[in-house]
Amino acid sequence: MTLLEAVDVRKRYGNVVALDGVTLAVAAGEFVSIIGPNGAGKTTLVNLLSGQSAPSSGAVRFKGRDVGGVGPVRLARLGMARAFQLVHVFPALTVGETIAVAVVSRLGRGRRWLAALAHDRAVWEEVAEVAEIFGLGGALGRPARTLPQGDKKLLDVASAFALRPELILLDEPTSGVSTADKHAIMEVLVGAARRVGVKAIVQVEHDMDIVFGYSDRIVALQQGRVLADGPPASILADESVLAAVVGRPPAGAGRVR
Amino acid sequence: MARALGLAAVTALVAAPWILPPYHLTLLLPALGYSIALLGLNLLFGTTGLLSFGHALFVALGAYTAAVMTTHLGIKAFELVLAAAAGVAAVVAVPVGLLCVRYVKIYFGMLTLAFGMLFYSFLYKFYTLTGGDEGIRVGRPTLLGQAFEDLDKVAFLTGPFYYYALGLLGLAALGMHRIVTSPFGLCLRAVRENPDKAGSLAVGVRSYRLAAFVVAAVFGAVGGTLLAVPTGLADPLLAYWTHSGNLVFMLLLGGFEHFLGPLVGAVVFIFLQDQVMSLTPYWRFVFGVILAVVVIFFPRGLMGLLAPRARAA
Repeated sequence: MTLLEAVDVRKRYGNVVALDGVTLAVAAGEFVSIIGPNGAGKTTLVNLLSGQSAPSSGAVRFKGRDVGGVGPVRLARLGMARAFQLVHVFPALTVGETIAVAVVSRLGRGRRWLAALAHDRAVWEEVAEVAEIFGLGGALGRPARTLPQGDKKLLDVASAFALRPELILLDEPTSGVSTADKHAIMEVLVGAARRVGVKAIVQVEHDMDIVFGYSDRIVALQQGRVLADGPPASILADESVLAAVVGRPPAGAGRVR
Repeated sequence: MARALGLAAVTALVAAPWILPPYHLTLLLPALGYSIALLGLNLLFGTTGLLSFGHALFVALGAYTAAVMTTHLGIKAFELVLAAAAGVAAVVAVPVGLLCVRYVKIYFGMLTLAFGMLFYSFLYKFYTLTGGDEGIRVGRPTLLGQAFEDLDKVAFLTGPFYYYALGLLGLAALGMHRIVTSPFGLCLRAVRENPDKAGSLAVGVRSYRLAAFVVAAVFGAVGGTLLAVPTGLADPLLAYWTHSGNLVFMLLLGGFEHFLGPLVGAVVFIFLQDQVMSLTPYWRFVFGVILAVVVIFFPRGLMGLLAPRARAA
């Protein structure tokens, strides 16, 4: 079943064509990576897919609905969440409160303006569950600003997962994280997706080790067009694509999940 | 610590009529009204992260509602006056808020300032409706159906009205405490901390800002009705920008990070103003220095000194 699709989308900024007719589809159960050199249009594509901006032409559909430019709030309610490339946390809120924002939002509790949140067991049970999945269970009372960088990243993603989206868009999930931690974070993410019920993951990623290690399918962009779209093995087999997009064979090529 | 301080404050306020001379009690009365208005202002600033320089608009709106009802309409029941003031404030706050919350930071502040001055000009110029610079007298209201006709003005104000105002402040504080500790309050804090992230978690940033704006306006107007009774007058200066500035000053003085900050700020401001004004005609200069010292050396205000690290919910 197709969850998310882009149909012949173009995006122009003045005279600059950032995306020039991109078509792709993401089905339930897939882990799709979008790769490409700088300026290929990855960020533009993610902004379109996440409803942040509307395409100049073409359509973006999520679960069959046109979601071009509807904004993050609408999309989150429809079942798509996004984690940003740069770490986004609420510095003064605790880990528990940060996750609770997502849970409150998903359960439609935000309108309860005289209810005592501290006694809302449904919210806090879910907060504890999500925090535990991401290994943040011991830090529930800590303000987000006091967490180490890696944990901030995890918290950022954990709060997006707490929306229990069907599809999650990750913008460079391992950027700013040490090489040693990258695989650990990816393992947590993939495991969490399974436990929370996320049906599909779309990520933009530079680290080819991560891309080839975890993706079911890779979409390679170049100059605003789709250069290749297929499973890791077929991308690896095409040397022209590798040369254009990766520049060199990835260090971890062949590592299969 | 916060609970002990709160308890001490409540005890002191309840005991005040037996301890303080009437003159000081009449100074406490406006402090109670300001406290309620500041609870609202702090929901906007401390909790939601929007600094309004036009909060006096709603304080004036409350005062004028009280004036029109007690003087022109002959409605003396203070409960009706409060309900009307809250209703009028909400009705005005929705369109004003819709325009203001599209902006943040200094732009939000300037827009609220502009609306405040717009209202000031309206009060000043529409003489037939508002009495112009003379304002409108505020009659003595009845409290819970009681007229207290045997009491003279001072006895009424320092007796029944004082406790009525104190009770109202208690209710307002409880209500505000519920609001900031509710799921709604959590979303407001998320909006303050990082609006982009809040949006990505399906929190409708503008709706929450608007809701906070309207609630703040209602608290401002209720505070305004309390201010108008002791002075017996609603005049345009209530809406003037320096009055909004005083409100912000009180909040910074008390400490916007702490729930009790508004109360402490209002009381200290009123008494300090009284003292400094009796010493020198240049009291504004002295207050300028105090404000600078607070902002530079005690950015968390007086409550920051008393209760370190207890962030307002």
